[in-house]
Amino acid sequence: MTAAGPPALEAVDVTRSYPLDGVEVQALRGVSLTIAQGDYVAVVGPSGSGKSTLMHLLGALDKPTSGVLRVAGRDVAELGDDELAQVRNATIGFVFQAFQLLARTSAVDNVGMPLVYRGVRRSERRARAKAALERVGMAHRLDHTPNQLSGGEQQRVAIARALVGDPEVLLADEPTGNLDTKTGDDVMALLEDLNATGVAVVLVTHDLEVAARARRQIRVRDGLLE
Amino acid sequence: MRLAEAWRVAVTALRANRLRSLLTMLGVIIGVASVVVLIAIGTGAQREVEAQVEGLGSNLVLVVPGQLELGSAPSRSPLDLDDAEDVGRAVGQPGRVAVTLAGGETVRFGARSSFATVNGTNAAVPDVFSRAVARGEYFRDSDVDTRRRVAVLGSSLVRDLFDGADPLGRQVTIGGVRFRVIGVFEEVGSAFGVDSDRDVHIPVTAAQRLFSDDRVDALAIKAPTADSTGRVSDEALAALADAYPDQEFSAVTQDQILGTLGRILGLLTSVLAAIAAISLVVGGVGVSNIMLVSVRERTREIGLRKAVGARQRDVLLQFLLEAVLLTSLGGVIGIALGVGGSLALTTVVDQVPAVITWWSPALAFGVSAAVGLFFGVVPARRAGRLDPVVALRQE
Repeated sequence: MTAAGPPALEAVDVTRSYPLDGVEVQALRGVSLTIAQGDYVAVVGPSGSGKSTLMHLLGALDKPTSGVLRVAGRDVAELGDDELAQVRNATIGFVFQAFQLLARTSAVDNVGMPLVYRGVRRSERRARAKAALERVGMAHRLDHTPNQLSGGEQQRVAIARALVGDPEVLLADEPTGNLDTKTGDDVMALLEDLNATGVAVVLVTHDLEVAARARRQIRVRDGLLE
Repeated sequence: MRLAEAWRVAVTALRANRLRSLLTMLGVIIGVASVVVLIAIGTGAQREVEAQVEGLGSNLVLVVPGQLELGSAPSRSPLDLDDAEDVGRAVGQPGRVAVTLAGGETVRFGARSSFATVNGTNAAVPDVFSRAVARGEYFRDSDVDTRRRVAVLGSSLVRDLFDGADPLGRQVTIGGVRFRVIGVFEEVGSAFGVDSDRDVHIPVTAAQRLFSDDRVDALAIKAPTADSTGRVSDEALAALADAYPDQEFSAVTQDQILGTLGRILGLLTSVLAAIAAISLVVGGVGVSNIMLVSVRERTREIGLRKAVGARQRDVLLQFLLEAVLLTSLGGVIGIALGVGGSLALTTVVDQVPAVITWWSPALAFGVSAAVGLFFGVVPARRAGRLDPVVALRQE
C-alpha cells in the first residue's frame, strides 16, 4: 500500500567517501534509490558493504560527497547542521540495535526527549510520550528506567521514542540484533503494525530472515546496489 | 523551556556522580571561601581603623613639625606653649588648641608598677580629642599654669595598679616623681593588640619638667565645623610660618588620615583577595577538565540527542549549564563556609575584626558562576560539535 505524494527518501547517484589513515575510502560509489511514503524496505549487505553509511545518509545524519539526497523533499546538501537536526526531528524515527536509551531516565522521559528539541511543553511531552508507549504496548512501564526493563521492553521504548514525533520514516538499524528470536519476532511484528498505519519502515540488517519479511529488499555490496 | 530541560539534565548528571561533583567543586569552594574571609578581614580592619581615627574627636586638625610623609624622619619640634596660644588666636579658636608631649615612663603605686605612655597635655584635651573622664575630673588651665603634679589614668592602668581599690586621691610615682590621681578615663578599648587604655595624662608643664624639655611635640586644633578644617589648617600653618620662617610644618585633618589609611588597607584587601582568587582559577581549570571527561563519557548520549534533533546550541547549552551549576553550587558552599569562618574569627579570635559586607558574597557568587561559564565553554563546544555518526558509533 504505497501512498501517493513525493517519496519520503530519495537518493540520486549518491557517493560518500571519507579519509581513513590518509587514504580516501569510497564507502558508497553511486547509489540511487527511492523510499516511498508507507514503504517497507530492508537494506541488506555484509559488513563493510557501505550499508551503515547508506543508513546514516538516509537518516540525514550525514551528507553525501556527491549526488543528490532528498529527505522529505528537501535536498540535504542545502541544509546546515541545525536545519538537518530539525529535518531529522520532524521526519525520521531512529531505532538502534543497542536501544540507546538514557540511563537513570524513565521510559516516559526517554520517549519524550525528541519533543524537547521541538519546543514542546513538558506536560504535553508527557502526554504524547504516554500515547506512544501505549501504541507499543508499554503503557504499564511509564516510570521504569531502562535497567528495570528487559531487552524487548527496552526496544519497545526505543520504538515509542522513534514514533513520538510522528515521523514519515522509521529507520531501524539491526533492531533485533540484541534480542532473542521470540522477542525479535515480537519487535518485527510491532514494526509491521506501525507500517500498516502508514509509516515507512527501512530496516538495515544482515539477517536475511528478518529482511525477507520486508516488501522489498535493497542489496548493498562494495558501495553499490546489486 | 529548553533551559528548564537542560537544567533537569544537568542536575541529574551532577547527582549521578556525587563524589566527583563534590571534588570538582572543591577548588571553587576553597577559592570562594578564602576570598570571602579575606575581604571580611580587610573590611573589618578598615572599619576598625576608621573608628579609631574618628574616635580621636570630630573636626580635628593635627599640626606637627616637619613633613608628614611615610619614611621621613621626625624633626625636632620647635613648638612651645606660647605657639599654641598664638595659633589658637590666629584660627579664632582660643583655648581649643591641645598640646601633647609624650614619653614612656614607669608608673608605680605601692609595690605595683606598670610601664605607660605619659602624655603631657593641657585642659583642652577632653574637648579636642573627645576623651571623656569616667570618674573624678580632668585638670584645668590653672593646674597647667602652676605645674601641679596631678594625673588622669587610663582604665587598664588603673586595673593593673590598684586592683579594685579606689584610685582617686591616691599618690602614684611617675618616673620617680609623685603625682596625685584626680581622674580615670572612660574605657576606649583595644585594636590590633594595642591597648588604648594604658596612658596617663599630666599637665604639660609637669611633663616638661619630668622629661627636661621646654617644647611640645604637636598641636591639635578643634575646628568649629567639619567644613572649616581646611581653613583652620591653612591659618595655623600661616601663623607658624610667620613665627618660624625657616621651619616646615604640616597640618593633617581626619579626612586626610582616613583617606590615606583607607587607600592602604583597600589595596591590601584587594591584593589578598586577588591571591585567593588564584585558587578560584585553579578550581575553574579543574571544572574544565572534569567537564571534558564528562563529554567523553556521554558521547553516545550526545550522539543520540543530536540524532533525534538536538542542535549544536542545545547540546552546548546543556553542558555549559552543567559547568555553571557546578561552580555556582561550589560558590554557594564556599560563601557559606566563608561567612561562617568570618563569624568564627570574630567570635573566637577577637583580635581579628571581620566584617561581612553584602557585596562580597554577591561578588563571589557572580565570579564563581562566571568561572563555570568561562571554563565550561571549551568542553561544551566540543560536545556541541560532535558528529552524531561518530558519537553513536562509540561504545
